[in-house]
Amino acid sequence: MEESTYKVIVIGASAGGLKALKKIISGLPKSFCMPILIVQHLSPRSDGFMAHYFNQLSHLQVKEADEKEPIRPNHIYIAPANYHMLVELNETISFTVDEKVSYARPSIDVLFESAARVYLDRLIGIILTGANEDGAAGIRTIKSFGGLTIAQSPETAEVAVMPMAAIQTECVDLILSLDEISNLLSSLCNQG
Amino acid sequence: MSIKPEINQIVVTQDIETDLLLEAVYHRFGYDFRDYNKAHIKRRILHRMQTTGARSISEMQHKVLHEEGFIEVILRDLSINVTEMYRDPSFYLSIRNEVFPILKTYPFIKIWHAGCATGEEVYSFAIMLKEEGLLNRAQIYATDFNPLVLETARKGIYPISRIKEYTQNYQSAGGNQSFSDYYIAKYDSVILDQSLRKNIVFAEHNLVTDSVFAEVHLVVCRNVLIYFNKDLQNRVVKLFNESLVKGGFLGLGSKENLMFTDVYEKFYVVDAKEKIYKKKVQGVI
Repeated sequence: MEESTYKVIVIGASAGGLKALKKIISGLPKSFCMPILIVQHLSPRSDGFMAHYFNQLSHLQVKEADEKEPIRPNHIYIAPANYHMLVELNETISFTVDEKVSYARPSIDVLFESAARVYLDRLIGIILTGANEDGAAGIRTIKSFGGLTIAQSPETAEVAVMPMAAIQTECVDLILSLDEISNLLSSLCNQG
Repeated sequence: MSIKPEINQIVVTQDIETDLLLEAVYHRFGYDFRDYNKAHIKRRILHRMQTTGARSISEMQHKVLHEEGFIEVILRDLSINVTEMYRDPSFYLSIRNEVFPILKTYPFIKIWHAGCATGEEVYSFAIMLKEEGLLNRAQIYATDFNPLVLETARKGIYPISRIKEYTQNYQSAGGNQSFSDYYIAKYDSVILDQSLRKNIVFAEHNLVTDSVFAEVHLVVCRNVLIYFNKDLQNRVVKLFNESLVKGGFLGLGSKENLMFTDVYEKFYVVDAKEKIYKKKVQGVI
């Protein structure tokens, strides 16, 4: 594996995701350089609490993504409630309020598919705990463009449905626990 | 990683084909999507390509130019039709509390709702104006580029399945009557009170290609600018600025912002969270 070629990470999480994300985000070292884009399914009424919360316990800059924001190293971007988050060719963030995908807005599939078209084989996609099947199609797209795909091992997930759905596409490269994901990510960036 | 050149070529080719399709739509039909954000456009076009069974985006371009009716399908794909009554109730509450008291000082008020889609938010405004005693001296211009969605907007008939959510939104937005007074339920639909419509003009207007058509006291344009690239955003907010009276208001969507646009200095912020702005009277206040 040519680790240092990866440029961006996308993560999708649903039910149980706050705890799982907390574990991953708080474990990343200050030197962690790769930008991370996150879709966590939220109630449409949520305000930016999650970004604030994660920002306090991370060495990195965690923020709710803004329209047209450039994707920068050392930053973690969280999709706002009620908007799909996409990546543009010029590596900026855009939003839509299109129909829900897999009952979700923001949808993991929408983020993953648009990011895959921009970063091709330089993208890492990770599916964490969740109770629906959002993200499975996105994982398939990332794989088809040569990116690296990871699912949380279902037995370690608070809700196994979402990682299971991703794994069933047969497009997942690695099935890992949260600790293993955290370690893998940290090691990738130290080499890059 | 030997697959990279091939994959890269597919994506680059699709980008070129997408641009060509948008050129064809513009030159043949006058609808200009060339300055929309590409990620969204590509997602919708690729989705349509799958459902129509076309093998390439170029094939879709052929269909657009030669197959009668296909342009309507594409227009529907590329227009933004997802909306709801009192979408983001806190926005409406802020309009009611911060903007309406000032609008009340005018003898007659004009409101432009740009990109109104199927009209749910326009009727939300009409109800609020009625409750504040403003509807009879208000003129609402509700515009969209897509004639099909305007047709729905004109009728004011919506699925009954969403009424529970709309009622909650109405209440959170500061509504103080019984929301059911504003509609009649029939089968699986609700028909909104027809009197709400009497001061609304629904009309085709394209923010990308059309210009100022009236001087108004309030422009509402929510979740439309997010689809545009920076140049187009700038052109459109300039259009809003030109359309507003001095001291007029502008309401945007929750992730939209004047901050990085050319007209930022011409407005001050009324409500930063709800993205409500007021045009300065003399460039200062």
